Amino acid sequence: MTAELPAAPGDTVGRPAAPRGRRDWVGRLLRNPMAVACMVFLLATVLFGLAGPWLAPHPPGATQLDAVNARPFTPGHLLGGDGSGRDILSRLMWGTQRTLFACVIILCSAVIVGVPAGLVAGYRGGAADSLINWVSDLVMTLPGIVLLIALYTLTGPNLVLAMAVFGVLVAPSYVRLVRGVVLGVRSELYVDAAKAVGLSDARIIGRHILWAVRAPVIIQSSFVLGAGIAIQAAVDFLGLGDPSKASWGVMLQESFANIYTNGWSVVWPATLITWTSLALVLLGNALRDALQVGASRHTLPRRARQRLAALLAEKAGAELAEEAATERPERAAAGEALLSVRGVRVAYPSTDGSAAEVVQGVDLDVRKGEIRGLVGESGSGKTQTACSVLGLLSPQALVGGSVVFDGEDLIADPAAQARARGRRIAYIPQEPMTNLDPCFTVGAQLVYGLRAVRRLGRQEARHELLALLARVGIKEPEHVFGLYPHEISGGMAQRVLICGAIAADPDLIIADEPTTALDVRVQAEVLDLLRELRDERGLGMILVTHNFGVVADLCDAVSVMRDGRIVESGDVRTVLRDPRHPYTQELLSSTRVVDLAEVATDG
Amino acid sequence: MVNVIVMRLLRATAVFFVVTFVTFAIVYAKPAAIARNVVGISATDAAVQAEVTELGLDRPLLEQYRHWLAGLFQGDLGQSFFTGQPVLTTLGIRFPVTLALMLLSLVLTVVLSVLIGVASAVRGGWPDRLLQILSVVGAAVPSFIMAIGLVFAFSIAIPLFPATGYVSPDVSLGDWAASVTLPVAAILVGSVASAAAQFRGAVKEVLERDFVRTLRARGMSERAIVYRHVLRNAGGPALTVLSLLTIGLLGGVVIIEQVFALPGMGALVAGAASQGDVPVVMGCVAVTVVLVSVVNLLTDVLIAVLNPKARVS
Repeated sequence: MTAELPAAPGDTVGRPAAPRGRRDWVGRLLRNPMAVACMVFLLATVLFGLAGPWLAPHPPGATQLDAVNARPFTPGHLLGGDGSGRDILSRLMWGTQRTLFACVIILCSAVIVGVPAGLVAGYRGGAADSLINWVSDLVMTLPGIVLLIALYTLTGPNLVLAMAVFGVLVAPSYVRLVRGVVLGVRSELYVDAAKAVGLSDARIIGRHILWAVRAPVIIQSSFVLGAGIAIQAAVDFLGLGDPSKASWGVMLQESFANIYTNGWSVVWPATLITWTSLALVLLGNALRDALQVGASRHTLPRRARQRLAALLAEKAGAELAEEAATERPERAAAGEALLSVRGVRVAYPSTDGSAAEVVQGVDLDVRKGEIRGLVGESGSGKTQTACSVLGLLSPQALVGGSVVFDGEDLIADPAAQARARGRRIAYIPQEPMTNLDPCFTVGAQLVYGLRAVRRLGRQEARHELLALLARVGIKEPEHVFGLYPHEISGGMAQRVLICGAIAADPDLIIADEPTTALDVRVQAEVLDLLRELRDERGLGMILVTHNFGVVADLCDAVSVMRDGRIVESGDVRTVLRDPRHPYTQELLSSTRVVDLAEVATDG
Repeated sequence: MVNVIVMRLLRATAVFFVVTFVTFAIVYAKPAAIARNVVGISATDAAVQAEVTELGLDRPLLEQYRHWLAGLFQGDLGQSFFTGQPVLTTLGIRFPVTLALMLLSLVLTVVLSVLIGVASAVRGGWPDRLLQILSVVGAAVPSFIMAIGLVFAFSIAIPLFPATGYVSPDVSLGDWAASVTLPVAAILVGSVASAAAQFRGAVKEVLERDFVRTLRARGMSERAIVYRHVLRNAGGPALTVLSLLTIGLLGGVVIIEQVFALPGMGALVAGAASQGDVPVVMGCVAVTVVLVSVVNLLTDVLIAVLNPKARVS
């Protein structure tokens, strides 16, 4: 479904989209008050630590008898004194330095180990990938704290080494992250292009891949630093730190032992640990928002959503009223059409409160027994249009206009849509292998599906489905019934899906590129099957495709879509012989070129 | 299926040997230091050397490891350098405390985080917002600080629960419950937050798969889709989360025991490490690795049961 969304939406509802440049992430971060507050706090903490040697009122280890368990705000001891009479403020300053130093070691060690390993695993693939994955999975299951304790027996309190080892233990989080990103980028065109131009692997990694990896790594680092503070404090708290050097954890441990006589001394290190971790986590979240804008569709607050939906409905309504005044002859009369789509608009909200319209007022009719082709390039909004009829769009989608089926407007009345879905309007998906539930046998999911819409006993349903499987061309229905989806071929899976779609005896079928994922011979068989089913059952059908060959073969009528609009519509012969719209002409000629090329390569 | 189990068993065994050997090499790397720990700082070098020979630390590392391993299979992990008690006996007393805390936390974490995670993924709305807040708090507040806060609130300010100590369930079930309430609560905040967020992710990922759309198109109710298909498919990733969670909880319990002075393995291993009581440290590592291997093995087998594809590979 995402593939059908254009990268740059042609039209927007509501406020015009703000510039969404990638380079603007610093600006976005600075406009987020939470992020600014976190950064100010973290900066202050760092300065607080760095300033220790100059600004701390007392040396970290200096003890004074009168400061033993002093209350906060005692003259000379702003935050009070600890159980040994040391000034808490001074020790906190020195301790901050040490704790932050520990975090930097963890971060460096994790990044140095994890990022290159992830790069290699993702970029090289093969054996290197398997090995790195195996090691990384293994390291992830190691009980880190117990190993750190074991290490202590060898090294004693050694902050640098312990933190470096802990860094290695968290490195798998980077390995997985980077590997995932690299796998995504590697398959993208620009890396192929760079390879074709003859750039070395090192340069491709340096130029293209590191750039793509940087955002996730920065975000992850923020979380790792937060975890680092906790683990450093935990190790010290277990009594495995160096008691002669202050750190947040050492201070916490000492003050906790003293909690009944001096509760206050616990508060300071605990607060610093908590607030710093909190700032890092919140900053990580803010970074994610700033760096990955548009990565996921935004869920708007309810009121903003309602406003956008109203705008969209208004726009669709105005257009419909205008259309009604100028009735066009090629449209079916109201009673004649099985399905009539009028002025349908589909939009997706984005972060800035506007919405990108991917379908911009589509009209479509299907008569009983008619196969209507819906043709266009990927991203033209065909699938979105088809899904809006069934109400299968993602929950974020906003839909306007009307879809009248059997006298009921399915968009205005979601209950009617739910009643029609699967019972009277069925759906055949594009990619057969991913459209069967991998955890259930073919038979089990067909039976569940059928019994969800019709009152049938298990045996009856099984009986009916076995007959239907034979009808759609499956040779050994009994055998296939007991197989899992990964055990059958793509062509078989598509037949199973067709069987599932027609089992409830629908009036209309929406087939979304039903043959695209199949090989050529199977394609023809599936198209024949669809034609036979139409003839036997008098089904209406919307056939979404990008292939004019399929249209010519199977359809009675065709609508051509481009950038969310129907540009041409009519009887198949007329449109194919005499395309009026330049875009249709262009599509037709490119189809011929592709067909010729296919013939040439096949021959 | 049998193949899968055999493969995983082999892998778990390999992991056990690798990890215990590496740890053994680390903790036994400096024989002189170990011996000095035993005989005392003021002992002469000759006395230290005699102790090294006495403890058999002058033998090659591999042979020492083999000896330790042989002992392990005969139920003998050596004796503590300091108390002279057999390590296995000590572990037999200490480990059940840790295990009880761990299992209790695990069960509660699973129940709560599945409820929150699934509700948040399927319904959105307030469960989702609750989870967002919980994950920030859970990630920001380490469990031992949460524990200190709970001690402040419920042991010192309002003395409802004991701040320290452990009562065995054999002695009094009520007192046992009281003694583990705060420790478990402290662990739960973080573990529920992280597990629920991951369960949410797993369910969301399945909800966006193609076959869910096709099931919707078949007219199946959302409830039936979620209960029958989505949860079943999310089960595999969720189990992986669960196995990492269990291992994470082990680490969490080790630290939390320190706050509440619970006589579990955490206190044992930390104390042994700071004293240089190497056999005890090794024993704890062995128990931990066995536990981790068992958890991983169980996870893999359950995943294979859930996912028909994993059964063959």
